Amino acid sequence: MNIEIRNGRVIDPKNGVDRDMSLFIGEGRVTGLGQAPASFAAERTIDASGCIVCPGLIDLSARLNSIEAELAAAVAGGVTSVVVPPDATPPLDEPELADRLIHRGKEIGMARVLPLGALTVGLRGEHLSELAGLKKAGCVAFSQAQVPLVDTEALLRALEYATTFGFAVWLQAQDYWLSRNGIAHEGEVASRLGLAGIPVAAETIAIATILQLVRDTGCRIHLTRLSSASGVALVSAARDEGLPITCDVGVHHLLLTEDDIGFFDPHARFSPPLRAQSDCQALSRAAASGLAAICSDHTPLGADDKLLPFGEASPGATGLEVLLPLTLKWAAVAGVDLPAALARITSAPADVLGLASGQLSLGSVADICIFDPGATWQLTPELLKSRGKNSPWTGCIMTGRVMVTLVDGRVVYEG
Amino acid sequence: MHSPQLNRNGELIHLLSIEGLPPHVIAQILDTAESFMEVSARDVKKVPVLRGKSVFNLFFENSTRTRTTFEIAAKRLSADVINLDINRSSTAKGETLLDTIDNLCAMHADLFVVRHASSGAPYLIAEHLQRIGRDDVHVINAGDGRHAHPTQGLLDMYTIRHYKKDFTQLRVAVVGDILHSRVARSDIQALTTLGVPEVRAIGPETLLPKHLDKLGVQVFHDMNEGLKDCDVIIMLRLQNERMTGALLPSAGEYFRHYGLTPQKLALAKPDAIVMHPGPMNRGVEIHSEVADGPQAVILPQVTFGIAVRMAVMSIVAGN
Repeated sequence: MNIEIRNGRVIDPKNGVDRDMSLFIGEGRVTGLGQAPASFAAERTIDASGCIVCPGLIDLSARLNSIEAELAAAVAGGVTSVVVPPDATPPLDEPELADRLIHRGKEIGMARVLPLGALTVGLRGEHLSELAGLKKAGCVAFSQAQVPLVDTEALLRALEYATTFGFAVWLQAQDYWLSRNGIAHEGEVASRLGLAGIPVAAETIAIATILQLVRDTGCRIHLTRLSSASGVALVSAARDEGLPITCDVGVHHLLLTEDDIGFFDPHARFSPPLRAQSDCQALSRAAASGLAAICSDHTPLGADDKLLPFGEASPGATGLEVLLPLTLKWAAVAGVDLPAALARITSAPADVLGLASGQLSLGSVADICIFDPGATWQLTPELLKSRGKNSPWTGCIMTGRVMVTLVDGRVVYEG
Repeated sequence: MHSPQLNRNGELIHLLSIEGLPPHVIAQILDTAESFMEVSARDVKKVPVLRGKSVFNLFFENSTRTRTTFEIAAKRLSADVINLDINRSSTAKGETLLDTIDNLCAMHADLFVVRHASSGAPYLIAEHLQRIGRDDVHVINAGDGRHAHPTQGLLDMYTIRHYKKDFTQLRVAVVGDILHSRVARSDIQALTTLGVPEVRAIGPETLLPKHLDKLGVQVFHDMNEGLKDCDVIIMLRLQNERMTGALLPSAGEYFRHYGLTPQKLALAKPDAIVMHPGPMNRGVEIHSEVADGPQAVILPQVTFGIAVRMAVMSIVAGN
């Protein structure tokens, strides 16, 4: 279908584009910027007055517990590609499972599904999964999700094997021994509330180990969900050293700290934990400087999973539908301009994945998000399309509202 | 952030933590407890303050001692007391904490006394009661995880006030496993709220929470130095499971460095009092000679504890 999106402000961070112009789409691709291609006849015109037209968001982590609802939530949040961590039930450790997930995603036809294969069978950290088979089935990279790989030799061998085929490995840096009993950042709040702490060293020790193995193997590594200032410093130094390392941060960690636990609010329980104000600021600087991409770390949970004492409640928050407004909120707080903020959720994750999407150049895939940056809405459980209603922002006013989402040149969401 | 334990008028409707309690509310509780002291000395040890009310002791974690003191306090206030050891009943059948609460509310409970292994569990219950519009049902925290044991904190304050009168001239040491101790957290918060100028924490680094200084506490690793010129010494119980392993090499080494012996007690002021929340490990954290000596006020603490729990129950259920 030929679509003209007119009167919008087109922001394409990857190509440094920020101007008012029309965008022309045909056969699932961007066919014209500002100027219609020859003999273009629009079958549909979308009026984007007052709106931003940007590449569809790429979310580096979203769990799809009930895939239809979550993929609908994705496009309602302007997210056109979701990376799915392998900690599903069962874990994504066999090619058929990946194949089925991708197939189901295509059938639903909303956001694109990009699974991460389990690095080890059952995520148990013992036997390598069939990485090449998983890759062939469509896995974009391999990960242990949030399950630490306790055995350092197993980690070394996994990285060596992945390097053999040129596969990227995504790791959450969290030392098993220092994090296994903890439920909150080992800081002032945990001391006051009597919550078992997870020290920053749980992250820095794991990063140091991984970095050394990267030096030895040359494996391409993506570190997920950094949580501390010291962790950021290590990754930054590794980048300066020239190591093939990228990283991301969960959007909630850019806006919340240990103080938001308040009186044991289970909605402020995250893994890794929300840390101190100084950590939050360092993560914000890492995102602002381009060191870290931003993801939602979408974790849809049932109501019962949070109606428990803090330490027994499951960690995580719903994220797909708040990724954009929370990124905008962060940008406003951190003084980051709109194109740079959008880069962290479009082109930066595309770069992590080595994808050509996340941009709006001529001929690129027409995955597009059109949003009103000034529109406000109140976050209520009923409004969320996700089955996961768990959010520390329930009742809060969000600024930035998705109007239309296109995947492959098709309108998949209209607000 | 509004603490769910106070209502809009600043009155105590639940007792969840010492944190956030205004000094005048603590004073009100201690004064009320003082008026109840006389009840326990009567032949007929009862007043009709909670007549017709149902008090549910919800102990998700075993503790015969604490449960008994609450039971006695409630009975002296003429309440009906129902004891539930939940770890042996509902949760074993898969019922959630809040399901249990809903069920007991349907049985017209007026007051829950809750002990739970998870820090913050009583907050969850209090917030749930607020959500379902049961402002008439009250919660008293009888110990939650490592977080708080506010009635113990209050009875400790009652004891200190009884022997020392004025909080604003005191040097108080809390000794031992502060990291895992809900009593220590409640004591520290109560002491700083009541204006004690010097609160000291004494223990090995493995048993001290990080950032204790932010709670207004001075940290000492050397007990001899920490006890110097103290007016009050609060000893903490060392749980059996902490005595060996990564936290401490042995009970013996612990006693040598952090056990309260007559020699170490002599470093404190001559009229210093020695407190302990019980049950004591003689020869681990405290020498028998000290535990049974003239400066120990450990048994009076138990007596005061009944009056303090009566006071707390009468105030929260009366507001």
